[in-house]
Amino acid sequence: MTTTETRSAEADSEKFVPRPRTISKAEGWRRRGPLLPAMVFAIVVTQIPFLFTLYYSTQSWNLVRPGSREFNWLNNYVDVFRDSQFREVALNTVIMIVGTVIISVILGLFLALLLDRKFIGRSLIRTLLITPFLITPVAGALIWKTTMFDPVFGLINFVLSPFGVDQIDWVSRYPLPAVMANLIWQWTPFMMLLILAGLQSMPKDISEAARVDGAGPFKLFRELTLPHLRRFIELGAVLGAIYLVNTFDAVYMMTSGGPGVASANLPFYIYQRAFLGFDIGQAAAMGVVTVVATIIVSTLALRLIFKSFSGNEEAA
Amino acid sequence: MSTATTNKKAVPQTSDGVAIKRKSKWGPGTIWSFVAWVAGITFFFPVLWMVLTGFKQEADAYSDPPKLFFTPTLDQYRGVLESGIGTTLLNSAFATVVSTLLVLLLGVPAAFALSLRPVKKTKDVLFFFISTKMLPVVAAIVPLYVIVGDIGMLDNIWTLVILYTAMNLPIAVWMMRSFFLEVPSELLEAASMDGASLWTSVREVILPLVSPGIAATSLICVIFSWNEFFFAVNLTAVQAQTIPVYLVGFITGQGLYWAQLSAAATFAALPVVLAGWFAQNKLVRGLSFGAIK
Repeated sequence: MTTTETRSAEADSEKFVPRPRTISKAEGWRRRGPLLPAMVFAIVVTQIPFLFTLYYSTQSWNLVRPGSREFNWLNNYVDVFRDSQFREVALNTVIMIVGTVIISVILGLFLALLLDRKFIGRSLIRTLLITPFLITPVAGALIWKTTMFDPVFGLINFVLSPFGVDQIDWVSRYPLPAVMANLIWQWTPFMMLLILAGLQSMPKDISEAARVDGAGPFKLFRELTLPHLRRFIELGAVLGAIYLVNTFDAVYMMTSGGPGVASANLPFYIYQRAFLGFDIGQAAAMGVVTVVATIIVSTLALRLIFKSFSGNEEAA
Repeated sequence: MSTATTNKKAVPQTSDGVAIKRKSKWGPGTIWSFVAWVAGITFFFPVLWMVLTGFKQEADAYSDPPKLFFTPTLDQYRGVLESGIGTTLLNSAFATVVSTLLVLLLGVPAAFALSLRPVKKTKDVLFFFISTKMLPVVAAIVPLYVIVGDIGMLDNIWTLVILYTAMNLPIAVWMMRSFFLEVPSELLEAASMDGASLWTSVREVILPLVSPGIAATSLICVIFSWNEFFFAVNLTAVQAQTIPVYLVGFITGQGLYWAQLSAAATFAALPVVLAGWFAQNKLVRGLSFGAIK
């Protein structure tokens, strides 16, 4: 603890790192030098397309009707909000993200608790458990759609057949839950890894002391473990949500958003509008709406992540 | 007897209250270990099934009840290799390797400038990098398609290289920064007092210390680039097709060929699964942008 404090601004800045306010102009540029290529690259590749999206969103522009391109104010946005399919898709997106995050966190917590004990083959089991997160999502979705969920030859129906489940066509009858099952399978390992890192960073002497004081395992979990894990669970949920907003592979491979738009999420619906409907203006407007919605979540996320870097920021 | 000894040794390390009271060989500890095994195998089973199905004949793949035991064949894996998966594997490998190198080339110096010799407004710059990661990619795909089309770069692997570099750059900057911040400042002070120039201390002191971080960052970038689908499916067709796009071909055909499909999916997943297994201790750090060590 004390070492971290001495390694703060003073100690650093005297010798190797001068205090920011004493930096000369030349030194300032020498410091900025290594940063600039990355900054320029990131701005050009990630920000400029988005400015174009903003611009396109004010255009009536369909690739199928050449020459039809014209400025149409905010009409695309009006259309987007009038589009009942868009509202359904937006709701699907929220259900997909929130449902997947909650279930993955619960399962991940359970698995992390199982792995936070010594047992024979622990590292093997951990390795097996993270595999669903590593596997190419397209491959995972393909496997779930076919060998897992197939009504006749699928493993899920085979496993459930003793319980009276008979040849259910999961993907067409429950498209959204089927996609989510695939996503939960993929994201539970992610939550597990984060929560496990939290469990392993827990000071053991406190729980030892509490146990000696006669606290039962349940009480111990609720009053010590869970509060300690809170930060890790929050971080996992927020990061999971950020990654899940971009879910495309699973929808594309398993259901193509169907039937109708029953299992479509925003990325898939925008993709459909742009690349199957060729409606550039509308697709761009939807993209802008998605971004605005995401910014709300992101702001929360950023605050959390900065908080997680405890101490480092004040010194910098 | 030996089981009892190992149990006793394990007690101080466990954080659940049950362990300490455990007496018999079949106590709650054994039950939870069993549950852990079942959970691990359950989660892994779809992957195992994929690999196994790849070794089946199509007739064995379509069987009710499913066949766990069958006469294995290499026909499917061989068939997939002969059906032109090679080009797509090469495309994926090229996009992955080149973009990862570019990410390191841009990201490591940037992370240095945001940690050990920080620029002014370090916090704002970090904020900017991570915010690019939070923009849903779908918002950029329309103009990207139009721009890339206008400059004649559709179906060109370099387009993916550039986009994957941009996609992974924030992760690399944040992750490498967290490694740079771990370099003890005493070491740097000592080096500068010995008269070492900045470049010397970077090369001789800092880089060796953060090289495990560079390796871990590379592996994370490899995983994300290899698995990327959205840009690839929208911006490539035949020439620059990557492995996830290749897999799409298996759902659009009339009949499904599960055994062949499984073999192809196994080829697609294998490199990143291996990379991830090797990087598993650093996985959390990369995925949480360096927030969790």
